Amino acid sequence: MSNGNDPRLAISFVEQSARKRVEHILDAGSMREMVTPFDRVTSPWLEMQGIVPQFDDGVVTARGSINGKSVVAIAVDGSFQGGSLGEVAGAKIAGTLELAVEANQAGESIAAVLILETGGVRLQEANLGLAAIAEIQSAIVALRQFQPVVALITGPVGCFGGMSITAGLCSYLLMTREGRLGLNGPQVIEQEAGVSEYDSQDRSFIWGLTGGEQRDATGLIDDFIDLDVIKVRQKVQEYLSKGVPEAFRSEAIQSSLDRLKKVDTRSQITAEMARAILSKEASL
Amino acid sequence: MNMLASHRGRIWFDLLAAQMTVKEGAVPSLLIGEGELSGRTCSLLLVQPDANNRYPRARHGEVGLLEGWALAEAVSHIVSQEATVEPVHKSSIIAIVDVPSQAYGRREEALGIHQALAGAVSAYVQARQAGHPVISLLVGKAMSGAFLAHGYQANSILALNDSGVMVHAMGKAAAARITMRSEDALDELAKTVPPMAYDLKSFATLGIIDHFIDVSSAIAPSLEDIELVQRQLVQAVKNLGGDTQITKRLQGENREASRLVRERLRAQWKGAASK
Amino acid sequence: MNTFHFTRPARNVPIDRALVGYVGSGDLEVMIDNSDQPQAEIYIHSSAEQGEQRWLSIIERLEVAHPLPAMRMDIHDFSATPGVIRLRLEQALEQALAKELSYE
Repeated sequence: MSNGNDPRLAISFVEQSARKRVEHILDAGSMREMVTPFDRVTSPWLEMQGIVPQFDDGVVTARGSINGKSVVAIAVDGSFQGGSLGEVAGAKIAGTLELAVEANQAGESIAAVLILETGGVRLQEANLGLAAIAEIQSAIVALRQFQPVVALITGPVGCFGGMSITAGLCSYLLMTREGRLGLNGPQVIEQEAGVSEYDSQDRSFIWGLTGGEQRDATGLIDDFIDLDVIKVRQKVQEYLSKGVPEAFRSEAIQSSLDRLKKVDTRSQITAEMARAILSKEASL
Repeated sequence: MNMLASHRGRIWFDLLAAQMTVKEGAVPSLLIGEGELSGRTCSLLLVQPDANNRYPRARHGEVGLLEGWALAEAVSHIVSQEATVEPVHKSSIIAIVDVPSQAYGRREEALGIHQALAGAVSAYVQARQAGHPVISLLVGKAMSGAFLAHGYQANSILALNDSGVMVHAMGKAAAARITMRSEDALDELAKTVPPMAYDLKSFATLGIIDHFIDVSSAIAPSLEDIELVQRQLVQAVKNLGGDTQITKRLQGENREASRLVRERLRAQWKGAASK
Repeated sequence: MNTFHFTRPARNVPIDRALVGYVGSGDLEVMIDNSDQPQAEIYIHSSAEQGEQRWLSIIERLEVAHPLPAMRMDIHDFSATPGVIRLRLEQALEQALAKELSYE
């Protein structure tokens, strides 16, 4: 599938379904999906609440290879229930990562790629979604000691809630310009703190603070990814080949505390101020 | 939205840390007690309200930017200090949990609160995986991202059997607004859908809480209550028997689908190896 | 959410499993799987208000152009329009009958 450099032939990664995203990331013909839709493991809780289920519960998980390197690749489907994680969806992610940890402990080398398009916990399965996210996080911290765990955040949903914390645990974090990364969704912040604190209708404000470009400028991600499938693959390959990083983003404790303890919070923050505080060049 | 800060966490911290050395963490909203519990060294960690918090959206005990990183610092410090200690002698880490929520605010999002919370999660997981017994004691609210950062990575979770102890992915008022249901309708729904419930009994069926402790009062504990909680903490450490995982949660009555998915994945794993 | 089940006469032809669409607003997921029954067994979950008669007429119209194979078909409908439903059903049948169609 070589498109060369002709932009007219570029396939946009974000326009693909979760299943196609996984297929595109992996070496051609190497995708082996597990617990497929034909397993019919749907959410036991949505139907009780009169909500139509989806056969994969919004998560695609597969084994395969990238440049010959063995990986698990997992995508959350942002089009089903806002990419929210319930019991089944969460267990598919956690269970796959747990098996990858076991395999690495047994001497196999298996890395992981997560394609995140998720609002976090599925409110209809509240506590089980939260429980699953804790299990996913535990598995990532275990797995990243052995092999890189690369996360991609794309649009339109982005990555929020407990899964933004999960993203912060990964070895490498890549994002499209259109993607967003944040703990709390704009509506929730507006409801909790008021519109003057956070205007959920102001798109340029929201992307300015939490979009891919800003997250890159503030060092909260490793790199941008272009929307073209070929370029997404190249970036993922590049980061997989870096291996286990010397230090994880979640371990930048002292430098983060030093910066955050100096912030003048008498006036409200802007995107520019955030860059000045967090960018690698900012003086401590 | 104005809210009153909860003092439950501080009440239990002060009582359990009565014989310990108490110090502030990297910020005043993190309290650390260092001492012994039944002959084993142990640290108590509490996120508490700080009316003078530099970050205004984190003044009522919320886990904010500073609290996340401060937890990460405190826990990872314990781990690195004891890096060469045999697992059976590593100190216990006890998270006293009374966290109303993560901090909701513009500065928080702009400065990467998700990353601060990831710092705390990472440190707790590493402590557990290094062999430290990590125990959570729920004495008040244990909400959402705040609980993920402070308490959810414990290998044993204990809770006071009290109506003020609450675990949830989202506060009831906010959940009602977002799902466009009334709070009463949510309660009604929760009766048939255990993961939606706010009461501890339903929560117990999810396999996440190991033990409920019956105290006479959660806000004015008697001497017997304190001794009982201390005994249960000691017992929880003993019961771990070196377990560093959280997989026993999957045995919960209402986690059938979690088990089924894992069984299927395991059955299909080998066959899905690339040729 | 409404659930319906239809059993329809079918041709005995080999099929492949097929899956198209997704459960998002205005769309639907259609899955076709092998069945040991000689009929077409159709199971529907729908968030739309409309009832059994509407689905029956959608299926009857489909049968005119596409005689159904023996199969189990599952439909997870998130309030799709009849046009989208028809499109997804045809896509699913096309995938399921790809072998047969390639001989024609």
